[in-house]
Amino acid sequence: MFASENILEITYLIATALFVLSLKWLSSPVTARRGVWAGEVGMLLAIAGTLLHKGIVDYRWIAIGLVLGTIIGVPLGRVAMTAVPQRTALSHAFGALCVTLVGTAEFYIRAPHVPRFMMGVLSLEVILGALTFTGSLMAAGKLQEVLPQRPITYKGQNIVNLGLLAIAVGIGVTLVLDPDKTFLFPFMIGIPLAFGVMMIIPIGGADMPTVISLLNSYAGLSAAAMGFVLGSKLLIVAGALDGASGFILSVNMSKAMNRSFTNVLFGAFGQEQVAAAGAKETRPVRSASPEEAAGILSAASKVVIVPGYGMAVAQAQHKVRELFDALTKRGVDVKFGIHPVAGRMPGHMNVLLAEADIPYDKLLEMDDINGDFPQTDVALIIGANDVTNPAAREDQTSPIYGMPILDVDKARTIMVIKRSMAAGFAGIDNPLYYLDRTLMLFGDAKNFVGSIVRELSGGHG
Amino acid sequence: MQLDLVTGLYVFLLAAFIGFEVIRRVSPLLHTPLMSLTNALDAIAVVGAIILAGEGKSNFAKILGTIAIIAATSNIVGGFMITDRMLKMFKASGPRKP
Repeated sequence: MFASENILEITYLIATALFVLSLKWLSSPVTARRGVWAGEVGMLLAIAGTLLHKGIVDYRWIAIGLVLGTIIGVPLGRVAMTAVPQRTALSHAFGALCVTLVGTAEFYIRAPHVPRFMMGVLSLEVILGALTFTGSLMAAGKLQEVLPQRPITYKGQNIVNLGLLAIAVGIGVTLVLDPDKTFLFPFMIGIPLAFGVMMIIPIGGADMPTVISLLNSYAGLSAAAMGFVLGSKLLIVAGALDGASGFILSVNMSKAMNRSFTNVLFGAFGQEQVAAAGAKETRPVRSASPEEAAGILSAASKVVIVPGYGMAVAQAQHKVRELFDALTKRGVDVKFGIHPVAGRMPGHMNVLLAEADIPYDKLLEMDDINGDFPQTDVALIIGANDVTNPAAREDQTSPIYGMPILDVDKARTIMVIKRSMAAGFAGIDNPLYYLDRTLMLFGDAKNFVGSIVRELSGGHG
Repeated sequence: MQLDLVTGLYVFLLAAFIGFEVIRRVSPLLHTPLMSLTNALDAIAVVGAIILAGEGKSNFAKILGTIAIIAATSNIVGGFMITDRMLKMFKASGPRKP
């Protein structure tokens, strides 16, 4: 034990404490920025302590890595808020890449004399790391729309995928039992890399919040496994925190989509959307113009706006903010009802609305707003569909039956801004649109909300 | 530095429990910043990459270590930056709320 070794351990201990505090402070928007600060200090301490490590003989490569990483990281920290889901997926890929590369190097430094325990955690590390790397890249590609977003499914997909995973795990077990078979190691990287791609192929846009959370969890677990390999308690703690966070979010998202957790774990996403595309609806709907919508909204005393991914696509959040201001000025009580899976990642809508300067105390979660709908004069739905579908509550034959929804149908008037009568992601018709109290506002979300705002301000100034 | 399996599992188990308890309390309002922050913290894996690139046990290890440093550092820098940018945007309605 030399002094530098002790210093290293102490910086790691302080960093561990700061990381836990960082997440604790994130629990409320009031203290959240302090949480970022704690995380940054912890990170700097840990890196500084590591640079003093006595085993380091050459700083050139480290310096190059830190500089290049910063050059890449800065633009990734400055992306537009609408690009946050793909940025997050990309950062999961980078995290997993780091873990996989370190695991690979550690293996070849030690091979063929890798102790059994270490070989076990090392296998876990590289399998999880490799599949998270390609899986996250695929997810980022789909979110950025450089890859086709339509889910691609084929017969026996789950069997093929689980088979691939089983082979990778089998190789891991073989290497634990017989570390001399080093030629198997590249396969233990390559097969999970392929599995990551296969896992995301059947995923459609609305499943993204669950998938991103799941990849988040895998990235954390692979880092924790790396902590076991390197004997770093700090890394085990950071990986466990990240893994726990991703796990909690995955469970939340799967509950909000009414999927069982095993269903999520085995990646059986996007299987239901072909179910109900049968009968075409021909029932009449009532539509309304921006003038009529503005009239009804200004006469209301309580309005709940329900945003969905359509609002993000149309970039309508700033117009929504103008609508919020115009109505608030007239004394209308305006709140937002946010479904957990609205958008493309957990909390997506909140970030977009906060960016548009809407106070966060007006953004209510599903369970908090649902009791308000019976006393709500107007529920205005912007670019959301399945999360408002009353069939989830009433129609036992519906593929989305049992999914928790926003009870917008209990409001006195329902207005739906929508481009056309096309079905939502799940391909299921929404009975909400045929209610007597529902008005369909056909058009682009941004333009339509803009027209309503003009009517509201034109009328009385 | 070596760590025996049992000690490692104790650390992992306790950290996972703390993680569950702390993160359960994070409001869904902040779930996007939560994900970007945990992702930045997770990039602490950079310490492993730094030792790998610095010890220079082989050229192979140096190269992989350096790429790993690049990947992790970009997560640290980008992750903290975007988390702070997002959190800055969350404001309460009253102008003088603490």
